[in-house]
Amino acid sequence: MYNERVIKEFSNPQNAGELKDANAVGQVGNATCGDIMKIFMKISDDGIIEDVSFQTFGCAAAIATSSVATSMIKGKTIDEALKITNAQVVEELGGLPAQKLHCSVLAEEAIKAAVHDYLTNYKASHKA
Amino acid sequence: MNKKKKIYLDHSATTPLDKEVLETMLPYFTDTFGNANSIHAFGSEAALAVDTARRKIAELLGAKPTEIYFTSGGTEADNWAIKGTACAKKDKGKHIIVSGIEHAAMMASCGQLEKQGFEVTYLPVSAAALVSPDDLKAALRDDTVLVSVMLANNEVGTIQPIKELAQIAHARGALFHTDAVQAVGSIPVNVNELGVDMLSLSAHKFYGPKGVGALYIKSGVKPEKFMIGGHQERTMRGGTTNVPCVVGMAKAMELAIMNLKKNAAYVASLRDRFVARVEKEIPFVHYNGDRVHRLPQNANFSFEFIEGESLLLNLDLVGIACSSGSACSSGSLDPSHVLLAMGIPHAVAHGSIRFTFGKDNTQEDVDYTVDKLKEIVEKLRVISPLFAEFKGGVHNV
Repeated sequence: MYNERVIKEFSNPQNAGELKDANAVGQVGNATCGDIMKIFMKISDDGIIEDVSFQTFGCAAAIATSSVATSMIKGKTIDEALKITNAQVVEELGGLPAQKLHCSVLAEEAIKAAVHDYLTNYKASHKA
Repeated sequence: MNKKKKIYLDHSATTPLDKEVLETMLPYFTDTFGNANSIHAFGSEAALAVDTARRKIAELLGAKPTEIYFTSGGTEADNWAIKGTACAKKDKGKHIIVSGIEHAAMMASCGQLEKQGFEVTYLPVSAAALVSPDDLKAALRDDTVLVSVMLANNEVGTIQPIKELAQIAHARGALFHTDAVQAVGSIPVNVNELGVDMLSLSAHKFYGPKGVGALYIKSGVKPEKFMIGGHQERTMRGGTTNVPCVVGMAKAMELAIMNLKKNAAYVASLRDRFVARVEKEIPFVHYNGDRVHRLPQNANFSFEFIEGESLLLNLDLVGIACSSGSACSSGSLDPSHVLLAMGIPHAVAHGSIRFTFGKDNTQEDVDYTVDKLKEIVEKLRVISPLFAEFKGGVHNV
């Protein structure tokens, strides 16, 4: 059902766990649907995502997607991160079964939610 | 390093064909290949084998040979029982009662009948997945034509009080069918003791071949014909008889029932060891189903804060085959209707796994599985936001 890359990312995920000094957190999905993705970011003052991690409750596709999506945005600017689409995440994984495509959408949304959190909460309060 | 382990703990999905059964079947593919309906010697030989198999199966179930109808398996038997009865009885009434935890074959057939104007009542179940006789009494009406409750549930292994439920249905003039696909070969099944009008079974659940099953239809009970166009199965189910598989089913059933006591006790001992270790060594687990009225091979656990498919695939990577209680892997986002009917919350139901043991499993298999399970559950909880929330004091699963 899954390709080798998905299994590799799922069985040995990168960037898993909580990021203690994160200044941005985005969470999407809910337990009832069986998927929650939470992305932590440490964003520098000039908008570079210096570090990123995730916590995910979900299927193998959700975990693999979290792993590659966080790797794709590490070291990128927040503008670049916002341009990442679910299709790019799926491409990076070498494809996902049709019924699992929603996991890649969750990854895109979680990134956007984290950046939004940074802009509205962290950056706004640190302006002065 | 050990050779890569392969442990099969999914015997409710299917079982390996018994080698003795295979030996019994083989001549019927090549030597005794005749069409059981042909009148020449080739046909007669095949017909004799089919008759012998039918008599054997009937005897093992406490039925008459003329009450056994071969089908392609449990799904067909269930479809036939419910749709055939609904169609045959529609002038008497269009109300059907089933439990809310039936197999998909039954649930989907009910959905189809509802579209055709039948009314279906889905009986609730207790937290242990038991149907209450009082609920059945309350649901029965004058226009109820059929009640169907499975003998043993495929996901959580709960065994229903079929005898009592059948008596209640009969007292109101309704027929009673039971899906005994998971039960035959695992627990004693006798149609007279159960008092049912129809009963479905499937060979590959008791070390027989896939693609063959049977529907027991009590004399005098007349569902509509299921497949027409041939004279097979007393014209009730047309189609060339699958002679090797029918022969294999009879042999497998004979072996399973002859060794039932011994195998059931052994399989239950493995299951009990597994359950005891999991409950003792892994925190935040729920053992789903009834502890007493339960198939000997079945264990079903919910592991809080993690999702079943992740757990299933991680176990597969270390050679352990089991089954996800959540339907996620089959493409649906909804967790199992059985677990939800038992009142298990969605998030917990998503983290449910079924382990079904078989006669070839060993205690070593059980211990290896628990050891790996502990590691994997721990690993998945570390990356679960639900577990992080829980540790932070928020527990709203």
